[in-house]
Parts: sequence; C-alpha cells; structure tokens
Amino acid sequence: MERTTIDLWVGIFAAAGFAAILGLAMKVGNLTSVDVGDTYTVTAAFDNIGGLKPRAPVKSAGVVVGRVAGIKFDTSTYVAQVSLEVDKRYPFPKDTFANIYTAGLLGEQYVGLEAGGDPETLKNGDRIAHTQDAVVLEKMISQFLYNKASDTDTKSAAEAK
Amino acid sequence: MLKRLDSALRGIGHRLIDRIWRLGCGARFFFHIMIYSGESFRRLHLTIREIYYTGVLSLIIILVSAFFVGMVLALQGYNTLQKYGSSEAIGVLVALSLVRELGPVVTALLFAGRAGTAITAQIGLMKATEQLSAMEMMAVSPIARVIAPRFWAGAFSMPLLAAMFSMVGVLGGYLVAVPLLGVDAGAFWSQMQANVDFGGDIMNGLAKSLVFGIACTLIALFEGYDAPPTADGVSRATTRTVVNSSLAVLGLDFIMTSFMIGT
Repeated sequence: MERTTIDLWVGIFAAAGFAAILGLAMKVGNLTSVDVGDTYTVTAAFDNIGGLKPRAPVKSAGVVVGRVAGIKFDTSTYVAQVSLEVDKRYPFPKDTFANIYTAGLLGEQYVGLEAGGDPETLKNGDRIAHTQDAVVLEKMISQFLYNKASDTDTKSAAEAK
Repeated sequence: MLKRLDSALRGIGHRLIDRIWRLGCGARFFFHIMIYSGESFRRLHLTIREIYYTGVLSLIIILVSAFFVGMVLALQGYNTLQKYGSSEAIGVLVALSLVRELGPVVTALLFAGRAGTAITAQIGLMKATEQLSAMEMMAVSPIARVIAPRFWAGAFSMPLLAAMFSMVGVLGGYLVAVPLLGVDAGAFWSQMQANVDFGGDIMNGLAKSLVFGIACTLIALFEGYDAPPTADGVSRATTRTVVNSSLAVLGLDFIMTSFMIGT
C-alpha cells in the first residue's frame, strides 16, 4: 500500500481513538458534570454518615448544587466532619438543614440541603449547625423491636392487674 | 528408580533456569529497544506503517467484539438487576465493567491474537530467512529498524483501541438496554455519568491498556526475535506469544486492579 494511504488510515485511527477517549470523558464519565466554576465550602457535623462517600452529590429540592469534598473523623468530638462544596450560584441561608438521604431503597447516599429562613447566607468556611444523620437500618429495626417489646410488656402488665 | 528421579529433578531445574534465562534476555531486549527507540521517532514513517498494521487492521475485530460484548453485558445485567428492581442501573453496570475491566483486558487478548501473532511470525520468518543478519551486515541495527517501531506502534495503538472498545461497547449496551429492553434513556446516561469517574475509572482503564500494550508487544517481539530459525521454531514461538501474552495480561490486570481499587 502507498505511504500516503497508510498515513491517512493511521490519522483516521488516531483521531477515532482520541475521539473515543473524549467521548468516554464527556458522555460516560462525569467530566462535564464536575463544576469547575466557583464553589464555596461549608462543613457539617454528623453523628453517623452511613455510606456517604466523597464526591457524592449535594442536592437541594432534587437539584445537584454541589459535591461532598471530603469526610473526616473528628477525634475531639467523635463526629464525622463532612465538607461540602456548593456552587457559588446557589447561596443558602445560615440556618439551612443538612440531611443524609438515600436515593432509592439501595441507592447511593447524598446530602440534601433544606433552606431555612435566615436572611444571611452561608459563606466559605461556615458550619451548618442543623444536621440529620443517615438512617441506619439496623438501628431503626432494633428501635422498632424495642418499642414493640416494651408495648407488650406494659400490655401484659396491665392484663395481670 | 533413582535415575528417573534424578532426570526428573534435572528437567525441572533445567526448565526453571531456562525461564529465568529467558526473562533476563527479555529484560535486555527491552533495554535495547529503549536505547534504539530514538530512531523510530526520527524516522516516524516506519512507526506509522506499523501502527497501520497493528492498530488499524485490528480495528474491525475489536469494534465488532466490543459491540457484542456491550450488548451481552446489557442483556445479562438487565436480567439480574431487574430482580432487584433497579434496572436503571444497567448503564452504570455496562459502563463500569467496560471501562474498568473488559475494555482493556479483552482488547489486549484480541490484540495478542490478532497483532501479536503477526508480529512474532513476521520477525521469526525474517530471522529464519536471515533478513535480520543481512541488516546487521549492512550496519543497520535490526532493533532500530524493525523492532523498535513495532514496539512503539503497539504501545500507542493499545490505549486507543481500548478506548474505542469501551465506547462502542457502551453504545452496544445502550442499543440493547434502551430500544430493546425499554430502560429509560435519561436514567441510563445520567446514572452512568454520576457513577463513572474520569480520573478514577477512565484514566485507570487507559493506564492499564498502556501497560498491556507494552507487555503484549514486547512478548510478541521477543518471541519472534528469539525463535529458532526453523518452521517448527516459528510456529512454537507464535503459540507461545498468545499463551504468554494472555497470561501476562491477566496477571498484570490483577496486580494493577488491586492497586487501583485497594485504596
């Protein structure tokens, strides 16, 4: 085969290869959904974060407004310190609630922000005071069983009288 | 009795030493390629020619297999995921398995079968017909003229082939999942994008395929260069290329995956 034809085919091959990498990055990966725009970081303390992972989405009213930047364990208070990167376009009031929710029954966990009524907004480095932990299934079941047991206890006690 | 035991032990020892000897030879060979590889960049048309033979001509088998692998993944995954009521996660399943594992590994296995054997047979035959010796007689280093361009062509082609494999596989999975099985197209793509990380998954997959490309091409070149210059020797070398490349790919895959996932 002539050299020019080979060059052409190799050029097409290389272009298709790099297009595939780009396509993977844009269409399959999350390169487009990473907010390269300005963000501000706020922290929130949770007693239990369940299965929350770094880079999990931060949502408000179902809209992704940021990402979990990092999770640390605070040895002085024994709680989890979660830092959240929130897009600068979305200011939140100071008394915003941060909850850990689960998407679907077995889905990934995310942080949900529920706006409060404070006129002042959260700034970089601020702390979200109101948080609600992840629901841990075992805890819920044991609580339920405990309540059930104490119910029957009181009932049987009342019947004995 | 003692004599048989003696000869068996000798056989084992001989094979072991032979393997270690070949490993050392391979390392020296790799070093030689590195030294002479400046030539293959200065005379780029040699490398481009080899990219045509190893990369472009492998394209059809790689793309067709990718399409079928993606479709099968979607069918199989849907069947299981449906039992847990999360058939929308099919996009994540297809994309992650392709990008992390199947893309690099299956591409490397196909590449070893399609391009690796061709390289070994070609170089083995060049050696058997004394073309390599003739080059040396003309003061042309066969490593610089024949081996190094093929090495760089393989190392360059493999990541591109793997990326195309993953992309076509995802498209194949999409074609089965969305029009055929009725999964929602929005959920398919959005869940995929939410769970596939560019640095952690796609780049690691490409790094794997680069390592596989280097390993497969090096093994194919070495087996060809080292083949006894007979018809039998070349045929054995070609077989060894496929066996050794496949084992090397799977072994390296385990090692690299344990480093990438383990953190």
